[in-house]
Amino acid sequence: MTALPRDPRGQSARDRRNTALLHVILIPLALVFLAPLWMMLVFSTHPETAIFSPAPPLWFGGSFGENFRGLQADTNFLRALLNSVVIASVYTVLSMLLTSMGGFAFAKYDFRGKNVLFGIIVATLTIPAFVTIIPQFILVARDLKMSNTIQAVILPSLANTIGIFYMRQAFLTVPTDLLHAARIDGAGEFRIFWQVALPVVRPALAALAILLFLASWNDYLWPLIVLTQKDSYTMPVALGTLVGLTRVSWGGIMVGTAIATVPFLALFLALQRHFVAGIAGGAVKD
Amino acid sequence: MTTTVSPQRAARARSRPRSPLAPYLFLLPYLLIFLSFWAWPIVSSFLMSFKDSRLGAVAPYGLSNWSRLVSDDFFGTALKNTLLILVIQVPVMLSLATALAVALNSRLLRAAGLFRFAFFAPLVVGTVAYSAVFRLLFNTDYGMVNRALHGVGLPGVDWLNQAGPAMTVLILAMTWRWTGYNAIILLAGLQGIPEDVYEAASLDGATPWQQFWRITLPLLRPSLLFCLVLSVIGTLQLFTEPALITNSGPGNATMTLGTYLYQQGFRSFNFGYASAIAYTVAALAAIFSAVQLRLFGREQ
Repeated sequence: MTALPRDPRGQSARDRRNTALLHVILIPLALVFLAPLWMMLVFSTHPETAIFSPAPPLWFGGSFGENFRGLQADTNFLRALLNSVVIASVYTVLSMLLTSMGGFAFAKYDFRGKNVLFGIIVATLTIPAFVTIIPQFILVARDLKMSNTIQAVILPSLANTIGIFYMRQAFLTVPTDLLHAARIDGAGEFRIFWQVALPVVRPALAALAILLFLASWNDYLWPLIVLTQKDSYTMPVALGTLVGLTRVSWGGIMVGTAIATVPFLALFLALQRHFVAGIAGGAVKD
Repeated sequence: MTTTVSPQRAARARSRPRSPLAPYLFLLPYLLIFLSFWAWPIVSSFLMSFKDSRLGAVAPYGLSNWSRLVSDDFFGTALKNTLLILVIQVPVMLSLATALAVALNSRLLRAAGLFRFAFFAPLVVGTVAYSAVFRLLFNTDYGMVNRALHGVGLPGVDWLNQAGPAMTVLILAMTWRWTGYNAIILLAGLQGIPEDVYEAASLDGATPWQQFWRITLPLLRPSLLFCLVLSVIGTLQLFTEPALITNSGPGNATMTLGTYLYQQGFRSFNFGYASAIAYTVAALAAIFSAVQLRLFGREQ
C-alpha cells in the first residue's frame, strides 16, 4: 500500500477505497490496544465494589484518594516510589556515563586490544541475562553483602552491552576533524569527550536515557531477588506482592499501576521522537 | 595540514591522543563492571551447573544436575510450555507488527500520530503493571473480557483456571505489550527502503500485494531478523507474566523455564541446578540464533 503512485491532484477511487478499508481495520484494533490502559485509569478511581459490580464503570469516579490510601497502607507505596525514582535516576546517569565513555573509546581511538575487546562485548549480546542471575546474586548478596541496598539493584545492570554498542554507533558519526581541532587548541582527552563529542551526540544520549530509565523503572526480577525488606522495595516489587495474593485490593493495584505508567505515557506523547529513535537505534547495525 | 603529509597518515595522526593510555582510561570503568557483573558470571554460571550447591557447601558434583534435568518432569513441562509460547506467540506478534508497520507507514493513513500513540503506548507499561491489568481483565466472574463475551451472547471462559485458556491469556498479554515495540523497529526498517524501488515496480505493473512480497519483505529482512532474535531470547526468559498473571498455573500448566529457574534458584536455593536450567536457556538461545541467522540472514 505504500507503493501506489502518488497523484498530486487527490485520491483515485481505488485509493479512497483502500483508505476506508485501512481505517475500518485499524480503528477497532487501536481501541483494543488502548482498552487495557483505559481500564487501568478508570478502575483506579473506583471502589472495588464498583469494579466488581454487574455494570463496571467506563468513566472516572471519585475514589482515587481512597484507593491510594489503601495502597499506601498495604505496601508503603510512597517509599517504594521514592526508591524507584532514586534507583532509576542514579542508574540512568551512571549508565550513560559508562557507556558513552566506553563507546567513545571504541569509536574514536585506535588502541591495542580494541577489536578483541569489542568482539567479546558483541559476542555476549545474544546471551540471555538469565544466565548470569545466580552468580550475580551470590556476588552481590553473599560476597559484597549488599542485599536491600540501592547498589545491589544498580551495579549488575550497569554492564549494559547494548548501551555501549549504541553509543559507539553514535560517536562514529562525530567528525574526527572536530576532535582534532580541539586537540590542537590544547584540550585534554576527557575535555574533548565531555565538551566537544558529547554535545554532538546529545540526541542519541537523550534517546538512550529514556530507554535506560524506563528499563530500570520497570525492572522486576532482579530487584525482587536482591530486595527482601519492605522498605527497600522498588515500585514493581511492591506492586508484585499485592498481585500474587488471593485477596487483592484491585482499586489500590490499579492506582499503583497508573502511577507507574501515566508519567511515561505523558512523556511518550511529548518525546515520541526520542523513544522511537532509541528503539530504532538499537536495531541499527554496521 | 601541510601538503607533504599523505591524507591517510594525517588522518591517523589526528586520531592519536597525546597520551596512549587515554582510550584505556575511558574504558576502564565500564570494563570493570562488565568483567565482574557480566563476563565472569557467564563463566561462573557454567561452572556452577556442575556443582552441588545444596546444604550450603559447594562441592564438586559432576554431571548430576544435568542428568537430573533429563529425568525432571517439572523441567520437561517448563521447557514444553516455553517452546509452545515461543512457537505461537513470536510468529503471531511479528506478523501483526509487520502489518502494523506497513499500515502506519502508508500515505493513505489519516491521523497517523494518533494511531502511533495507540499502538506504541503499551511499550511504556511495565510488566508488573500490565500483568495486574490483564489478571483483572480476564477474571472469570468480574473481568471485562467475559462481560464482553456475555454481552454478545457467548458463554464466559474460566480463563486462569484452565490450561489452554491460561496459556492464551499469556500469549495475548505478551502480544499486547510487545507488538508496538517490534513495529517501531520494522517501521524504521521500512523507512530505509528507497521510494523509487516501489515507483519502478509499479511502473512495471506490480500490484501492491506483489510489491509487499517481492520488495518490502525481502528488504525488511535485516529488521525482521533483529526482531526475531530479540523476541526469541526474550521469550526464553519469560518470567513476570507467568509469575503474576497465571502464577504458573493452573497446576504447572503455564510454568516456564523462567519461573522454574526462579523457583529452584531463589525458593529452594539450589544454585547448581538452577544454573543448569539457566544454561539450557542460553543453549536454546544460541541454537535459535544460529538457525535464524542461517535461515534469514543472507551472507552477511
